[in-house]
Amino acid sequence: MNRVCQGPFGALLEVQDEVARLFNRVAPFTSATASGPQLDVREDDHAIHVEADLPGVDPEKIDVTVTEGDRLTIRGERPAPAIEGANWVRQERPCGEFLREIQLPAIVNADAVGARYENGVLKLTLPKHEAVKPRKIPVNFAN
Amino acid sequence: MATCAVRTVSKSAPERATTLRPRVDIFETSQEFLLVADVPGVNPGDVDLRFENGELTLSGTRTGPRPGAFSRSFTVSDVVAADRIAAEMKHGVLTVRLPKTETVKPKKIAIQG
Repeated sequence: MNRVCQGPFGALLEVQDEVARLFNRVAPFTSATASGPQLDVREDDHAIHVEADLPGVDPEKIDVTVTEGDRLTIRGERPAPAIEGANWVRQERPCGEFLREIQLPAIVNADAVGARYENGVLKLTLPKHEAVKPRKIPVNFAN
Repeated sequence: MATCAVRTVSKSAPERATTLRPRVDIFETSQEFLLVADVPGVNPGDVDLRFENGELTLSGTRTGPRPGAFSRSFTVSDVVAADRIAAEMKHGVLTVRLPKTETVKPKKIAIQG
């Protein structure tokens, strides 16, 4: 592949580009077949926050389940575009069924999971189970 | 050739390293070209679509917990009526309609007889 690099950081940036490509940062929607949608997981004292890029997916058809307290499954389907009388010129966007299953970093309260779909991103808030929330322990000073 | 009327433009490596490149589908019908791009997490107001010197560029920024910039350009030949390009966004997907000029649309010719 013929690439044009400008400036002294050209080679470095090219490496960054390759690394980014490896981590699928160049595409907002990863392969729908094996790995499922790209997602980020954040954690605070009270909850685990998961965001999954699912552009063009009908939110009614996204299935989210929590099993055994800490296994999160996101599945659904993105239909192939159906445009009457259209010919493909280019096809990069994956379509079909997707499935992503991850182990959460803590046990969550599966009955209190919040889910929103906004601008093609599924946003989940999974409150941590009381037993795993950090607790402040008072320290008594003995004289 | 009609199928080459909308083509992607390759950018230099440094430019590609700093911006995300949305995935696109491009379709052609008898009336128009359709360009469909995945831009999840991007507010419709944060998308900039411009047509200049035969090049269509979609760019913008993603805000929130995963911020970033994206950009992608396409060359568009003169079979597209540039003044009638329209776009809409839904569920993190940008759809750009590029209508064909009247002269290239197929026309049914009545046969007298």
